[in-house]
Amino acid sequence: MVIRWFQKNIYVLFLLPGLILYTVFMVYPLTSALGFSLFSWDGLVRGAYCGLDNFRTVLQQAPYNIRFWNALKHNTIFFGITFVLQSTLGLFLAVLFTRQRRGYGLLQTLFFLPYTLSMVIVGFLWLLLLNPTWGAFNKALHLLGLGKWAQPWLGQTETALFTVIMVNAWRWLGFPILVFKAGLQGISEEYHEAARVDGANGWQVFRYITLPLVMPTIGMVTILTFIWIFNTFELVFVMQGSSGNPYYSTDILGTFFYRTAFGDSTTGGEPGQIGIASAIAILMFLIVAIVSYFGVRMIRQSEVEY
Amino acid sequence: MHERSTVLKRWVVEGAIYLLLIVLAFIFVYPIFLMIITAFKSTREIFMNPFGLPRVWSFETFGKVWQRAHFNTYFLNSVTVTLVSTVLVLTCSSLAAYALSRYQFRLSNFYYMFFLAGIMITIRLGILPLFLLMRDLNLLNTHWSLVLTYAASGMPMSVFLLTGFFKTIPKDLEYSARIDGCSDLQIFYRIMLPLVRPGLATVTIVNFVPWWNDFFFPLLFIQSDHLKTIPLGMTIFFGQFMTDWGMLFAGMVIASVPLLVLYLAMSRQFISGLTAGALKG
Repeated sequence: MVIRWFQKNIYVLFLLPGLILYTVFMVYPLTSALGFSLFSWDGLVRGAYCGLDNFRTVLQQAPYNIRFWNALKHNTIFFGITFVLQSTLGLFLAVLFTRQRRGYGLLQTLFFLPYTLSMVIVGFLWLLLLNPTWGAFNKALHLLGLGKWAQPWLGQTETALFTVIMVNAWRWLGFPILVFKAGLQGISEEYHEAARVDGANGWQVFRYITLPLVMPTIGMVTILTFIWIFNTFELVFVMQGSSGNPYYSTDILGTFFYRTAFGDSTTGGEPGQIGIASAIAILMFLIVAIVSYFGVRMIRQSEVEY
Repeated sequence: MHERSTVLKRWVVEGAIYLLLIVLAFIFVYPIFLMIITAFKSTREIFMNPFGLPRVWSFETFGKVWQRAHFNTYFLNSVTVTLVSTVLVLTCSSLAAYALSRYQFRLSNFYYMFFLAGIMITIRLGILPLFLLMRDLNLLNTHWSLVLTYAASGMPMSVFLLTGFFKTIPKDLEYSARIDGCSDLQIFYRIMLPLVRPGLATVTIVNFVPWWNDFFFPLLFIQSDHLKTIPLGMTIFFGQFMTDWGMLFAGMVIASVPLLVLYLAMSRQFISGLTAGALKG
């Protein structure tokens, strides 16, 4: 009976392994994270149902609320600077690369090179290069006659976050360049020619023809960047430790969540708070989900046809 | 006269663009270049002469890192975990995508959307339930915890990409194979799989790179030193040899060279693979 049924509906056997794998190890953890956040926890043991208490703790009770808003602010700055860099420099380079010239293929390959490095390697590499006494970066500044700019980039609250953001941009920028370029190449040459025949100059063609057509790609990459930055953790953890040194000046939601969930080894081993950490994870999810939703809607509305 | 000045102007502009691109490319590549040449120097030479080429190209430090700092073990672990995860996700996602794209059944669209829902969400947000699940299944501190997490989180994008590929194959092929007496499974792996090989390559690259580089899940799931993957092993190594910069740079080079070489050898496939998700999404 059973065998006969499976013979007739063999697609079920094809679908099942993947479905089980995905449901058990991805859908189940993601959905039960919400449940976790609604209970009080004693270590790894679940206690009583406590409604939205964990969320209240994160948003209103010190020191959690201070850390949360601080981390959220840093994520926003992180995203803001990365967004500006990729939509100016990144887009500019992508536009240049769409022109077929000798050697551009190689140059483009080089821009993408850091993207293949692990975040851990990127973090450690720049940690050594930016070392205040022995690092190559400050030494290079001295060689270039910019010695007075040399400083402990990662050790000061004023420069640490910005430095981490730039290190991340160094690894990341190749990706938007490539996607922008692919988007630009999808635009039919006819539009450009038609505009030129009508007497538009190079900038006008870009501003009124190319840019609107490539807007959906820019929007998509912006959303991906946002999602990525609001989930990231490694770079700050490797370079600045789990509490975002110095003085939480590089703390982001990823590291805040990690400390809360798995204990803070840097400040004497405060044990993990599963309920509160789950609330943080849900808040992170909500931020990403809401922003992506409106982002995608804006992209749909901005799509143009000629 | 007019003609000549515009030609000249174009040359100047082209030259300026080349110069700008080369300067920027230098910023992106030089730190990696510096990492590689520094790995050949002694710690003393690194501090005295940070930018010059090494006086002697010595592989001694690499050997030390490989043996003494257990990089051979970490490396093998990374290869094992990435390889098994890739095989698992390729098997599961190609079978599922095949079922979803070639068979008509109730709910097929629902299952497709069910898989797709995972594309925008990172599994990291479910790390606490996942951690407890792994503990209850006695999988903590095993490679299986990583393999299952990676393969499960790779499913949405892989199913999405492969469904697209399967849909482009004409139905006639399937019918004629069936007339020749092929079973469903035979049609799948004799006829369909070879036809979606580019899709399988894309799925491999999309998943392989982040898994090889992943640090987050090994950090939480793996405690025993002999089970650690390269990115996690690196952090131990950095704590141990903080002052021995020669060792540190050699370790970083060993950890990053496989992907760098692979990328330079097949940059076209890498680029199309890694941007595929973003463009189609």
